[in-house]
Order: sequence, then C-alpha cells, then structure tokens
Amino acid sequence: MTKVNRRTLLKGGTAFAAGTTLGAPMIWAQNIKDVTLRQFGTGVSNLNEVAQKVKEDLGFTLEMTALDSDSVTQRAATQPGSFDIADIEYWICKKVWPTGNLQAMDTSRIANYDNIVGIFRNGLLTPESTIAQGTAPHTVGFTSGPEGTDFVQEESGWMTLIPTIYNADTLGIRPDLIGRPITNWSELLNPEFKGKASILDISSIGIMDMAMVVESMGEYTYPDKGNMTREEIDLTIGIFTEAKRNGQFRAFWKSFDESVNLMASGEVVIQSMWSPAITAVKAKGVPCVYQPLEEGYRSWGGGIGLSAALTGLERDAAYEYINWYLDGWVGGFLMRQGYYSAVPETSKNHMSENEWGYWFEGKAATDTITSPFGDPLAQAGELRDGGSFYDRMGAVACWNAVMDENQYMVRKWNEFIAA
Amino acid sequence: MEKILANRAIGGWLMALPLVVVLVLFLVLPIILIVVVSFWQATEFSIIPAFVWENYEFLFGSPVTYRVFLNTFKYAAITWALTLGIGFTVAYFLAFHIRTQTWQIALFLLCTIPFWTSNIIRMISWIPFLGRNGIANSALMSWGVIDAPLEWLLFSDFAVILAFVHLYTLFMVVPIFNTMMRIDKSLIEAARDAGASGVQILWNVIIPLTKPGIMIGTIFVVTLVMGDFITVRFMSGSQSANVGRLISNDISLLAYPSAAATAVILLLTVLIVIGILLRFVDIRKEL
Repeated sequence: MTKVNRRTLLKGGTAFAAGTTLGAPMIWAQNIKDVTLRQFGTGVSNLNEVAQKVKEDLGFTLEMTALDSDSVTQRAATQPGSFDIADIEYWICKKVWPTGNLQAMDTSRIANYDNIVGIFRNGLLTPESTIAQGTAPHTVGFTSGPEGTDFVQEESGWMTLIPTIYNADTLGIRPDLIGRPITNWSELLNPEFKGKASILDISSIGIMDMAMVVESMGEYTYPDKGNMTREEIDLTIGIFTEAKRNGQFRAFWKSFDESVNLMASGEVVIQSMWSPAITAVKAKGVPCVYQPLEEGYRSWGGGIGLSAALTGLERDAAYEYINWYLDGWVGGFLMRQGYYSAVPETSKNHMSENEWGYWFEGKAATDTITSPFGDPLAQAGELRDGGSFYDRMGAVACWNAVMDENQYMVRKWNEFIAA
Repeated sequence: MEKILANRAIGGWLMALPLVVVLVLFLVLPIILIVVVSFWQATEFSIIPAFVWENYEFLFGSPVTYRVFLNTFKYAAITWALTLGIGFTVAYFLAFHIRTQTWQIALFLLCTIPFWTSNIIRMISWIPFLGRNGIANSALMSWGVIDAPLEWLLFSDFAVILAFVHLYTLFMVVPIFNTMMRIDKSLIEAARDAGASGVQILWNVIIPLTKPGIMIGTIFVVTLVMGDFITVRFMSGSQSANVGRLISNDISLLAYPSAAATAVILLLTVLIVIGILLRFVDIRKEL
C-alpha cells in the first residue's frame, strides 16, 4: 500500500511540475495517462470490467478495492487518505459526510445532471410519487456549498454523492419448494417455513427487513421505519428473537455467496436477498424468484463521492470519470445485471431493444437475456420479477437507513444474534 | 569486555535479550495497548482517548455477555473432552501397539495430512456434507435409517463441535504421543511382572506419566476453542455466538474500545483457566 501511495505521489508531483512549465491545456492530454485513482466500495459496482473500460476510454488507471458495507463505512470515516473515490451507499453517506472526509461536487460540471432520475434530486420518481420512509437519497444528496458538511433539502448545486446505482430489494423464494404464491413480507416468519428461513446479518439492512415483516404481520405500524425509537427497536428485535428461539431460521448470512449457497442448496426457501444473488442461483439452474410483495420494496442507492484530499489533475480526472460513468456504458452494464442506472436514457444506447424492454420496461423478453458475463438469465417470453422500472421503483416502502438510535440498535442486534 | 562476558549473569541476560525484545515488542506492548484502548470511548466513527469504565459496565451489565461466555465454556469443555478421548486413544495406539518405529512415524505423518490444507477449507467442506440435501443425509436416507433429513446436522451446536474436534484433535495427539514415547518401557514390564492388569497399568502407570502431555494438549485445545470465532460463525450459520464473535462484531462496527474490553476479559478468563490447569500438573518439572 505504501508503495502505491508513493508512486501516486511521485506521479502527481511530475504532473504538477509539467503543469507549471507547459501550461494547463497541454498537460491534460499529456499526463492524464499517469493518473491513478483509488476507488473503494461494496462489491456491487466495484467491477474490474469498469476499470478496464476506464483505461480504454479515458486513459487513466482506476484501482478498485471491494469491501463489505461495515468496512466501507469505517474506511470512509477513519482513513480519508486511503482513497480518492468512495463508492458508497446513501445511508453510509449520512454517517460519513459530517466527518468532512468527502468534498462537495459541483453539479454544473456534471453534463448529465439534468437527466438524473428524480429520486436523487427532489425525491420524486414521477411528479405524483410519494417519498418513502428511511434515508431517501435526496435527503442526504445535497450540501450547502463547496465546504459544506451539512445536508440541505433543495437542489443546491453541490452534491454529496453522484448517484450511480440503485435497486429495489425484496424477499427471494424457491417457488419449486414452496409451491404456493407468496405475497406478503410476513411470510418470512410463517411457521410453515420453520427452519427454512433466513435473514441477513448486517444490522442496518436487516432491521429494515424486520420492520417490513413486523408491519406486514399487523403487529405495529411505524411512524418511520428508518428512524425507530428504542421501544420500537426492542419490539422489532423481540419478535424476531422469539422466532429465532422457535427455530424459524436455518442460518443468517453476511456475504453474498452465503445467501446464494443457502438458497441453491435448498437449506433455505425464503430469505432476504439481493438481486444479483437471485441471478446467481438461477445461473446454477435452480428456480428462484425475486418476489414482489404487497407492502412494497426496501430500496437502496449508491453513489460516488470524492475524497476531500483530491485536488488538481486528479480531481479533474475524477470529474471526467463521473461524467463517463453517467454517459451510459456503465449504466447499460449494470442494468443488464438487474440494477438501475441514475441516467437510464443514456444506458439505452448501450443495450439491445430486447434487453431494454426486459430490464427497464418490464416487457416479455423476445430472445434469450444474458448477463454481461454471458450467463443466460431468462428465455424468450419471460418477464422480469416485479415488472417495469416504474412499477418497481414506484413501490418502494422504505430506503436503507441509519437511525439516530443506531448504536442502541447495533447492540440489540448483537443480542439477537447471540440469543 | 572479556570480563563482562565472563560474568555468567550478564552473559545469560545477553543471550535472553533477543527473545525478550521480540516478546516485548510483539506480545507485551500489544496487550498493554489493548488494555489501554479498553478504557477509551467510542462513538460511531471516532475513538476518543479517555479513562472511562463504560465499556466494562456495559459488558458486565448485559445478560448476553454471561450467556455468550457460558456458551464459550460449553464449546471448550465438550471439545476438550472429545479431543482428549480421541487424542489419547490414537496416541496410545501409536505409542504402544505399533512396534516398529518406521510404522510409528509413518502413521503419525498420516495423522498430519489433513493439516496440509487450510483450517477454513477443512471446516467449510463439512457444510455440503452435512446439509439438508447433503451426503450424510442422503446416505442415511438411502440406507433407510431415517425418513426425513436430520436438520440438526448443520447450522447447530453439533456442527460447531464436530468442526472443532476435527480441527483440533491433532493438537491433543502430538503432545500426548510425545510424552508416551518417553515412558520407559521397563516400567510397564515391571508393573506387569508385579501382577498389574492392563487397565491397572493404564490407570496407575501410563496416565500419570502422560499428564504433562495431556496438559499441554489441553492448553492448546482450550485456548484455540475459546479464541475462535470463524468456526462458530460458519458452522452455526451465524446463529450461535461465542466471545470471539462478540469481539469480531464489535470490530466490524468500529467499536474498538468495546472489543478491547471484551478481549481483556477473555484473556483474563483464559489465563485463569490455564492457571487452574497448571495447578494439577507442574509441566516444567515433568518435561
């Protein structure tokens, strides 16, 4: 790591020296190839394909590090010198932004800013939409100015994160082993699935899934699932602790692979799941459905933030990277895995009509749908689980969130795991 | 200079110096640091140097702590009993039933073969074996022993202890085998000449003489099991907790002071356990 740092520093130094002698416009073309940007984030969008394409299209080097959500939060909050670009989720941003480790981004430098989906600007998917509970991205998406460490609720021209990827999550099921329709979150605690259910062991996300279940069971209606009181946390975790003691759960999972294995092996028939995990199970030839539920989805969004330490040529390269990111190639790449891009229109140019129809418009596939890695995901005639973009993102019940009582919740969560 | 070196006390200290330096740097200092940090304060993303007891207050105030420590002791005790039983039997067989040294060495090496792969791999390979549709269940069902798959084979305390026993039995075999090999065979002949039965020889001659080996094996197994977190996490499907998991959860949530406090208590507990064990056998005298 030190070696990399030193090298980057030397390169930066050379670029600076060259810049002072040759004049600004020249260095751009000359030296951008020497720039190395260090990006870290969760596995979902830290893909080597993106780094390769950056090298081809933009010429500079992007070093990717993939970590789990907890480590990402830790690193963004405590080691600002260890990265140039943070690829984080909006709820992580709520925790990290006040530390001042990230810098605000000037929206006038973002070419596609006006085309970014409403969710990330005023919170509204369509003018008629209502805003879901939890940490909705637009509430932590803007700050007051270039030096701001606060959040503002209007489009101020200074963004905390540039949105890149988002999706609506729900429960995954094994239709062949369940054999009847599943329509509610409460089915997760249905005694019928005793010893065959699972929930993810990542407290900040797991508690939201729990809240969806508790509300669906009719036990309690939360004023805001994304910001519970201590009593609400006790109640929610209490219900799940009782279910755990009764043997409802087969296992808890913490990593993507674990969730895939649990489902594919038939250990579990209903569980919290992420969309690429469903794809991975299907790719093994095992039937698996990302079941839309009446109460709606638990949604999440991620974006790119710039380290506060980033300046000069590196920062210019980072803006170049962001503009390229929203320009469509990455969007298409992500959408063909079932995620959504912040500027869907530009992604359309990088997808076939069949792919666009299947993934975005919710139309029946006219031909085999394959992932960007070549695995067949759906055959002609099949529909995407949950339907079109507007059906899915329009039915979001809550966003991944970080609560005021987060530390209390985490302690309670630990007790739940140990119970 | 020669005079100084000739002084035996100084020479001895000089010879011990490299080890002292290594131990101080890599063992004593880190432990002191852990103790210091355990008194610090933490918020969600900052750690504040302080001297507060809140980490310990929370630790001792939570019923979960006691349950988790109890669970840790349970794993340690059951694993210890099983590894001792298996380890002693294997070592006994190797030391007293195999006559030629070549075969003894060959069979001993055979015991170590599993250790050529990593702990994690050996542990995870149990998962497909024990699963609901795994090899164990399908074999039992095809033999007609059971009608429905056994759920408790995987993601249960059974699975955790099975993995522990599998991983750590060798740590019992090696020291016991080692002490057994050094038992003077004429002692056993003498006992037999004096009319002792096989069981009497085992109980009155062999076991007392292998106590140091048993004790060293016990220390290995108990400390390994009490410090483990990954086996418990994978084999219980994250459903059970031991102290190691409490610490690893805290660390992943950046609660280093709280993790440090738990680590200090765990360290003290393990030291007390070892202290008690050492009262039974004076390892240094008997080695």
